Amino acid sequence: MKSNKNQIIALILLPVWYVIYTNLQPLSNLFVDTALGMTKGEKLTEALRFFIFEFPKVLMLLVLIIFFVGIVRSFFTAERTRKALEGKSTFMGNIMAALLGIVTPFCSCSAIPLFLGFVESGVPLGVTFSFLIAAPMINEVAVILLYGMFGWKVAGIYIGTGLAIAIVAGWIIGKLKLEKWVEEWVYATKIGKADGVEEKISFSRRIIMGFDAVKEIVSKVWLYVVLGILVGAGAHGYVPAEFMASIMGKDVWYAVPLSVLIGIPLYSNAAGIVPIVSVLIEKGASLGTALAFMMSVIALSLPEMIILRKVLKMPLILTFIAIVGGGIMIVGFLFNWTM
Amino acid sequence: MNIQVLGTGCQKCKSLEKATREVVAQNNIDATITKVEDIVEIMKFNVMTTPALVIDGKVVVKGRVPSNEELKQILTTKIYMI
Repeated sequence: MKSNKNQIIALILLPVWYVIYTNLQPLSNLFVDTALGMTKGEKLTEALRFFIFEFPKVLMLLVLIIFFVGIVRSFFTAERTRKALEGKSTFMGNIMAALLGIVTPFCSCSAIPLFLGFVESGVPLGVTFSFLIAAPMINEVAVILLYGMFGWKVAGIYIGTGLAIAIVAGWIIGKLKLEKWVEEWVYATKIGKADGVEEKISFSRRIIMGFDAVKEIVSKVWLYVVLGILVGAGAHGYVPAEFMASIMGKDVWYAVPLSVLIGIPLYSNAAGIVPIVSVLIEKGASLGTALAFMMSVIALSLPEMIILRKVLKMPLILTFIAIVGGGIMIVGFLFNWTM
Repeated sequence: MNIQVLGTGCQKCKSLEKATREVVAQNNIDATITKVEDIVEIMKFNVMTTPALVIDGKVVVKGRVPSNEELKQILTTKIYMI
């Protein structure tokens, strides 16, 4: 009985979502112009209109997509991903690992057990790295926010280049045969036997998992979304439009490497960084530079390196940073040059 | 009943330990609860996503923090899904 309830709730909510989402612009106009009776065209009115339209829009996108991502992820466990990657060593393994990195549930606090579990059961080092690069970098919140603020093209570019970096960087690390720079105890660790059969999860259960994912992620990121949009609305009128052009513009050749170098140690979740990137772009930063900055903040961070130091020796960590950072710089230059 | 909470010290691992203790105390369940933080010990359970809950040597939850209600069900009926 209970199983049907979840499916019905989800089925009722979907059209409600659609009706509200497609009418957000008139609804926010109605609220600002009629309910509040504010004068059109004034700075404050337009800033408020921007916020009242933008915030529910991004929030609703987040809820919908995280819900579906939550359901999709219930099909991909770390164990299944590992099984799929065992023994894969060529380029194919890197591609699969990067793709699986997008859909497999991942939290940076699990990076060590995941690394051990992969390497121990015969997933090659380079393939493991492809996974470890793609998983945090191509994050659903980042993609949704990019889509909401810049449209599907930028979101697509982000996914495509992120995948390319994860695949190529992992492949290079594999080719370099850097196993000697993995801490010795890693290969000495014995992992226990697998649990045996995985229990079948009902579809209703997966819907609950989707709702749980929404609760967990939205409760964590909504404040960053509010802050980001507020900053966006505020910067709109008060910071000169070309303010960032001289620092992060297309013609500043050192902007990309500098942004990446600044972004590497920094850590922020995607929800916090995308609004900042949107302000940077609005104020004259070029797309390539801004994307490179964002990628380096999300994909590489000091806390993550400290965690990985437990299993990797320093030279391997530095190589990892250099290869991924280099890849991000290439992406940044490519976009500044072509777009 | 022997309950082990596996986790390297992340936020979710702490909340799972806290929730487990709460549920055990509220329902007068006879159990000893230990926290396993050593990664080598955790790997012996073949767990790749922390936190995880182990009852009498069997992994019953991994990679998430169940609601108190679900925890109660797991601990009292021992019916669980991974």
